[in-house]
Amino acid sequence: MKILMLDPLKCTGCRACEYACSFKHEGVFNPLDSRIKISTFLEDLSFVPSVCMQCEEAYCAEVCPTGALTKNAETDVVEFNKDECIGCKQCVVACPWGSIKLEHTGKEIIKCDNCGGDPECVKVCAQQALTFEEVEDTVAAKQKGVAAKYKEIAKEMAKGVNP
Amino acid sequence: MIRGSYKGKILRVNLTSGDVKVEAINEEWTKKYIGGRGYGTRVMLEEIDPKVDPLSKENKVIIATGPLDGTLAPSSGRVMVITKGALNGAIACSNSGGHFGPALKQTGYDMIILEGKAKEPVYLWINKGKVEIRSAKNLWGKLIDETDKLMREETHPEAETMAIGPAGEKLSLISNVMFNGHRAAGRTGVGAVVGSKNLKGIAVRGNLGTNVADPEKFMEAVYETRDILNKDAFSGGGAALYGTAMLVNVINGVGGFPTRNAHDAYFPEAEKISGETLRDKNLVRNEGCAECPIGCGRVTEIKEGKYKGEHGGGPEYESIWAFGAMCGISDLNAVIMANYLCDRYGLDTISAGSTVACAMDLYESGFMPKEDAPFTLNFGSSDALVESIKLMGEQKGKLGKLLAQGSYRLAEHYGHPELSMSAKKQEFPAYDPRAIKGIGLEYATSNRGACHVRGYTIAAEVLGNADRLKYEGKAELAKTFQDLTAALDSTGICLFTTFGLVGKNIAALYSTATGNECDEKEFMKIGERIWNLEKLFNLKAGFTRKDDTLPPRITKEPIKTGPSKGEIEKLDQMLDNYYKVRGWDEKSIPTKEKLEELGLSQLK
Repeated sequence: MKILMLDPLKCTGCRACEYACSFKHEGVFNPLDSRIKISTFLEDLSFVPSVCMQCEEAYCAEVCPTGALTKNAETDVVEFNKDECIGCKQCVVACPWGSIKLEHTGKEIIKCDNCGGDPECVKVCAQQALTFEEVEDTVAAKQKGVAAKYKEIAKEMAKGVNP
Repeated sequence: MIRGSYKGKILRVNLTSGDVKVEAINEEWTKKYIGGRGYGTRVMLEEIDPKVDPLSKENKVIIATGPLDGTLAPSSGRVMVITKGALNGAIACSNSGGHFGPALKQTGYDMIILEGKAKEPVYLWINKGKVEIRSAKNLWGKLIDETDKLMREETHPEAETMAIGPAGEKLSLISNVMFNGHRAAGRTGVGAVVGSKNLKGIAVRGNLGTNVADPEKFMEAVYETRDILNKDAFSGGGAALYGTAMLVNVINGVGGFPTRNAHDAYFPEAEKISGETLRDKNLVRNEGCAECPIGCGRVTEIKEGKYKGEHGGGPEYESIWAFGAMCGISDLNAVIMANYLCDRYGLDTISAGSTVACAMDLYESGFMPKEDAPFTLNFGSSDALVESIKLMGEQKGKLGKLLAQGSYRLAEHYGHPELSMSAKKQEFPAYDPRAIKGIGLEYATSNRGACHVRGYTIAAEVLGNADRLKYEGKAELAKTFQDLTAALDSTGICLFTTFGLVGKNIAALYSTATGNECDEKEFMKIGERIWNLEKLFNLKAGFTRKDDTLPPRITKEPIKTGPSKGEIEKLDQMLDNYYKVRGWDEKSIPTKEKLEELGLSQLK
């Protein structure tokens, strides 16, 4: 299963992802129509991306009274069917990430669909703050990274135990 | 009906009467002058007498975007401040990164024309196309970062802001206009013009999107240009790693790094203030302006010494030079602190640093009486630098008031204007013309006074294949860079894209976004038209050939040490040739034929 990985340390706050996303989905450049959002903290000039994480336990889908939001077990995407949506906006309230959004008029729900497996935001991110990766690979890479450090520590420890 | 990426609307705000009008953009002018810098200059020529006092209510200020603002074109979020500049009375266009440009466009306007003068301090709140003129009494006197925060608290937490600081309010001739609290439209004293109108700032938030004329071709151009920039050694490598300060070692390495008010052009301690050292000691993260794949912006923190814990944006290359080598200072923490202070007061870093250097020169030469300086003002004193910036920002005492008017007035006050390292009264930046011949011609002929970003010949003379010490071909080089930059600025894209992109690429972005047919040749022609338009403004304002000059130190005193030892700049021979290449007469006046060719005859 591939997920969007967000790295605030690499994000430079350029918001190109927002423009790429809105253009891909709406044919217009408008950050308010983007499914992904970059939050800017001017007090310390830091930048944090947020987007739908396609939760396993998707509160947005659970709260939806019409079945407009459903978790697709095959693709792992929480899908949004506009035709079923009545605009009650309770999914906005339910989402712990703030990633169920309203488009620029504030009327209709929009959410990330991973662009069907080829996210436009990832393509435009020159800093690689956004990547689309297999979760297992990410876990393995993290484990390896930690293990490599531990290996060095273990060497030092071995010296003490068995000089 | 305007097509493509323009919004088609201009907001006109009369600060005297409080009248707000929405006007249609002039479609013919968008084709002739693109937008932003070019279009704004055309408006200035139409609406004001170029001879007006820049700080009078008859002057106007235009806050403008270009047609690429608000699109995915790389580095396309520039916002331009066009006015008659306070520092020298020439046509001024200062531009800034950040996110204000695209946000202004989201409100539905391509630009704002500000006229008149408010009775009391005000700021504008443009919310989804609606305009409010609000009292700024509680903001007046506040530093830039505080103003940005308060304006967002009073309007919307995600509003993008423009503000002047105490320097602009007090009409300092080297004050700037700041965007998002830390990005600057730095040069030519635009802050004072805004201050003279009692306008503290503008907050914008809109919800409209930007369309392009040919979406498919535009996106092709977007990804092609982004790819080029990502692969380029500077824009995709060095600029992200070290910021623009990667140039410290490069420019000092060729002996073209003006040192101690240009007594020399080689700074032996450059390594201590280099981009590499900055990355090592102070970098927190990179910052990118709107839609920028480069991310040359620095977010930094001072981690030791008396300024420990201070943090903010920058410094970039020119600021490091101005506070560093130009003042003979190698204490990077003091350089960074001076940069933060300028951003908070709303002072142009290049002019501020060069003015302190000039004061140090006057002090050491004995032209400035010792009692005029509240502290010892020697080259190399980092305390003197930081204290001088505070005096300058607050205009405290005689020295503070003098410093705030820039190096030319300061040096003139003490009877030695030749010690101001400026052209048209504007301090030149971090490249010594004695060591890099073409840039001196560029400083002298720049329509807004000495400046590197009107025509960055450095790209060819130091980073490219042109011989920096030769005079031949420099007139053509300066013209090419000046024309390209004039057109490029007007689109709203950042000059730094030209490290990877050429005119053809920008023309493709511009034409597919707007639907205005334009190839590279036409793009360069538009740039030449804008350059001549600015020249016409300056001629009407009273500038003549004698203003196209450089300080005698540059043309007469040889560089003392370093790789360019012994060099001086021979400006006059290049200048004659430049006018010829431009199609201007020997008095620097565009010929009838040239104006006809450019479609500017009616403006003569």
